[in-house]
Amino acid sequence: MGHEHEHVDHSELSEIERRVRALETVLTQKGYIDPAALEVLIDTYQTKVGPRNGARVVARAWVDRAYRDRLLRDATSAIAELGYTGRQGEHMIAMENTPGRHNVVVCTLCSCYPWPVLGLPPVWYKSAPYRSRVVRDPRGVLLEFGVTLPPDTEIRVWDSSAEVRYLVIPERPAGTDGLDEEALSALVTRDSMIGTGLARTPAEV
Amino acid sequence: MPYTTHADLGGRPDFGPVEQNAEDSVFHAAWESRVLALTLAMGATGCWNLDMVRAARETLPDYLDLSYYEIWLGGLEELLVAKSLVTAEELAAGRARHPPRPVSGILTADQVAALLAKGSPTERTPSGPARYRLGQRVVTRATPVDHHTRLPDYLRGRTGIIERILGPHVFADSHAQGLGEDPQWLYTVVFEGRELWGTEAAPGHRVSFDAWQPYLEPA
Repeated sequence: MGHEHEHVDHSELSEIERRVRALETVLTQKGYIDPAALEVLIDTYQTKVGPRNGARVVARAWVDRAYRDRLLRDATSAIAELGYTGRQGEHMIAMENTPGRHNVVVCTLCSCYPWPVLGLPPVWYKSAPYRSRVVRDPRGVLLEFGVTLPPDTEIRVWDSSAEVRYLVIPERPAGTDGLDEEALSALVTRDSMIGTGLARTPAEV
Repeated sequence: MPYTTHADLGGRPDFGPVEQNAEDSVFHAAWESRVLALTLAMGATGCWNLDMVRAARETLPDYLDLSYYEIWLGGLEELLVAKSLVTAEELAAGRARHPPRPVSGILTADQVAALLAKGSPTERTPSGPARYRLGQRVVTRATPVDHHTRLPDYLRGRTGIIERILGPHVFADSHAQGLGEDPQWLYTVVFEGRELWGTEAAPGHRVSFDAWQPYLEPA
């Protein structure tokens, strides 16, 4: 059909790019999607939702004992107090790391992850090596992330099998008594809230 | 037709070391972000639920050879064709050949923020009491099932302790098969590492997962 000529030269596209372009074109032509909505969705997860949200939750828990208690009792509500709600964070549980117990989160069956507080999961979290190994040899996996724990520390692995999503509250580093909430949140890494890292010390920032 | 998942990876050997990525790497190519957005936008049409999406992805025959967003793309194409929203011929041609099927809603740009903020909570009102109590010993179902399930292989036939009662939740196994929400009590069950991995488990290693009541029997 000659009138349906292409306006864009697609010859430079890779096979996967062509396939995605074809899908998007068909869905748009059928009227199933609003192209403007796609832009808002992408912008949301590229620029608005990410691990800085979770870092604010953790920093608040470090400075505010009552907030920390609410977070451990009902994480969904406590996290919503800071404005983080919704998709892939509908039912939240927060676990506190302590000197005797370290928590680490995985989804062995797919890639379940608390989007409102951590954003989209990193590639390693979704990868076969992490999903297969962390439930079986968490110490070995943590070692690859540079985390060594005392031999008598309990390591609890949380396999996110249902619609509950898990947030680790890392231990507050020593020597941070004088820091305010904002400075503290800069110490909280994405990995420390999954459990494959520790919060940074002020010297490491 | 037998149901085969390729996504049940817990405890499987031979996948090698974990390759880490920086915190600011969300997408590695523009097409990945398009796939994410197309998946979320089509999810909003109400033609399927998240458990059906998981089933479509985990049954892709080449699952283990695909990158993450290739899996998402494959799952989305499967569902679109299965629900007759598009044809395989249309996908191959890159243009619509047939009129659209009616869907229950089209996500517009101004609705995105509210949709994401609301999410899809799965907790439901109890219709009866929970069968198990905190601290009770339970054993997970030993036999595999011929449909989507959220009971991983490595946790089948294992004894653990009820640690938390999470309320009735939409039952993924039923939901994925189009059998409705079928809410069932959900529990956090904790297992000793030795129960799962024998003597290779380090002391103090425990694994917990969230089990719907039909996965469990009293130990």
